[in-house]
Amino acid sequence: MSASGLRRRGAALALLAALGCSSGDGDAGSLTAVSWGGAMARAVNKAQYEPFEAATGVTIAREDYNGGLAEIRTQVDTGNVHWDVVDLETFDSLRGCDEGLLELMPDDLLGPGADGSAPAEDFWPGTITDCGIGRIFYSTVLAYHPDRFPGETPATLGDFFDLERFPGRRGMRRSPLVNLEFALMADGVAPEEVYAVLDTDAGMERAFRKLDTIRDFVVWWEAGAQPPQMLADAEVVLSTAYNGRIFNAQVAENQPFVIIWDGQVLDFGQYGIVAGTPNLEVALDFVRFASTPESMARVSAEIAYSPVRRSALPLVTTHRETGVAMAPHLPTSPENMGRALVSDTRWWSEHLDEVNERFSAWLAR
Amino acid sequence: MTEPRSVGPPARARLRAAGLTLPLVAFVGFSFLFPLGTMLSRSVYDPLVADALPETLALLEEWDGETLPGEPVFAAAARELETALGDRLAGRLGGRVNRVASGMRSVIVRGARAAAEAPAATARETLIAGDPAWGDPATWRAIRTAGERFTVRHYLRALDLDRDAGGSVVRQPEELRIYVPLLLRTLMVSGAVTLLCLLLGYPIAHLIANAPPRRARWLILLVLVPFWTSLLVRTTAWIVLLQTHGVVNSLLVALGIVADDGRIAMIYNMTGTLVAMTHVLLPFMVLPLYSVMRTIPPHFMRAASSLGANRRQSFFRVYWPLTLPGTAAGSLLVFILAIGYYITPALVGGSSGQLFSNMIAFHMQTSLNWGLAAALGGILFVAVGALYVVYDRLVGASSLRLG
Repeated sequence: MSASGLRRRGAALALLAALGCSSGDGDAGSLTAVSWGGAMARAVNKAQYEPFEAATGVTIAREDYNGGLAEIRTQVDTGNVHWDVVDLETFDSLRGCDEGLLELMPDDLLGPGADGSAPAEDFWPGTITDCGIGRIFYSTVLAYHPDRFPGETPATLGDFFDLERFPGRRGMRRSPLVNLEFALMADGVAPEEVYAVLDTDAGMERAFRKLDTIRDFVVWWEAGAQPPQMLADAEVVLSTAYNGRIFNAQVAENQPFVIIWDGQVLDFGQYGIVAGTPNLEVALDFVRFASTPESMARVSAEIAYSPVRRSALPLVTTHRETGVAMAPHLPTSPENMGRALVSDTRWWSEHLDEVNERFSAWLAR
Repeated sequence: MTEPRSVGPPARARLRAAGLTLPLVAFVGFSFLFPLGTMLSRSVYDPLVADALPETLALLEEWDGETLPGEPVFAAAARELETALGDRLAGRLGGRVNRVASGMRSVIVRGARAAAEAPAATARETLIAGDPAWGDPATWRAIRTAGERFTVRHYLRALDLDRDAGGSVVRQPEELRIYVPLLLRTLMVSGAVTLLCLLLGYPIAHLIANAPPRRARWLILLVLVPFWTSLLVRTTAWIVLLQTHGVVNSLLVALGIVADDGRIAMIYNMTGTLVAMTHVLLPFMVLPLYSVMRTIPPHFMRAASSLGANRRQSFFRVYWPLTLPGTAAGSLLVFILAIGYYITPALVGGSSGQLFSNMIAFHMQTSLNWGLAAALGGILFVAVGALYVVYDRLVGASSLRLG
């Protein structure tokens, strides 16, 4: 086809898209899938988008975003929906569902587990919500560079708050999320009681008092890429970090970082479908496809996040690029789950506004 | 007969000239005034709860606010919540009430579910079985507050104020006072950055304005290159330079100026914020200054000295007043841009890296409380407007020259 022909065809397609039609020609349809960019988008592309396109003939347009619901809200409010399937943080998925920005997921969407178990048994409790289907677990862990601790090395969450035995600055994300949970667990609260304690004024006070003990030694980070950098540059001796970022530094940059899994706080991401999309059927097909144990396991072969289906975990073997065995690097591997907490997003969705104000005031003091 | 003809052409020409600005007027109206207006209206107007619970709210008007409301109120609430649940509105309702009092979202949603799925003998028992908080007058007060169609509570919140149970305005408890301190800090940081930009930018602009054209072009390029570089790259570059084991500290240690264990903290604190923001905003100071300085004939200074002024006098009495329009324009630009900055401070500012705009971004993107975000934006708008008025009184806005 000549260049002008291509251009004309491109213009015609753009026109069709602008008119809100799916491109004709009797093909299998199209879908716009939105992910986080970077390693996450590459992993999902390899593990889920490409196989789905190959299996169904659907064309997937890939877009990136930085989380939050602002774009989705604008699309729904103006009736101009051009995103279909979105990788959501659970927090956004809950609020988006409340606000009517996301489609409800049908009850019979999901298939059985790899061991034949019913989806409700197979998915980790709470990972299926009205508008979201769980995808992956990621975790906030503690990490350090072994060179900073020639003698005794930190091994528990309590050590993170122990400035006497392990002096030096610590990196923490500038947000109350996860940090309050860390503080309470380090103060001796059992993981299953953390949110009951946080629900009381005294418990909230207790968490902030614990944070007070290391406040002057904290370097606050903002972006997930910062902690590995700060650890490598000796800006901090210990840091909270996303486990996937530390894994990347370990295998891709040969950094000898060590992860402390004790007291890890897990969060899960979900797939959600933007309300009012013209491609609802294809979008549901995609979510069904991406939620099979095999598809989830393929994601974990790309990036160190765990599948939210229990029966998918045994299907994960090695990292596709480097051949590293993945089990020790996955948050939900039994050996890493000794003391672990799954973040209660529902609690946070009700309290974040107030707690965030309190945290900001505490930080500004 | 002659008169209209003589007035006609100029009037038509004027009209045609005015017509040329129509696209601009339409564009400004559509892309600026309209969104600004809708956004600001959100800060005082929210009909969602009022529309969903009209009967309940009407009945609550009679209520004393202290004791538990009677069965008719419960019955109306149960009925309207059930409808809201069917319309997928219960969560949104809960979210709105939750903004008045934390924890209310699940109370509302559970109440709605109970009303739809497990009605008891009385509506009161139904709702309280759904969530015991329905037996607490505080829940009803929160609903009543959230039901105000027109409200000033977002502005109260943005000024760290609240209303107590009796309705009088009180200050927030100390641990929740955040917006006023952040606003003051933001104004202070912006002021400091403006001053630093002026101190650094003035000599640079002077140098460029008085250099031969070829060299001036190169110098301008040097000012603009960082301006064209991505914000994140520049910010990261400062981290590499300023961190504890960064280039600057290592150099100081190698030269023996500071000890290895006494490295200076230059980033993740206020210093980092000021350095990085000054760097980012410097071109906005240099360019207006340069364009004004270029128009000042060099022989003015020579004339001043030939009339007996020393260098200091001729600078302060001749040169400086002539550059005032550029100084004012640059300062205003830098100050207003600095007020809206938040990514750079968030990355390099440590615990001081949280500024007013961070909170606006938080409420726009995370909490979705656009009403509060709009109120915060409105307050920033008023603060900047007030500063502009002060500036106008001191310097005179007509002297402003943007280049």
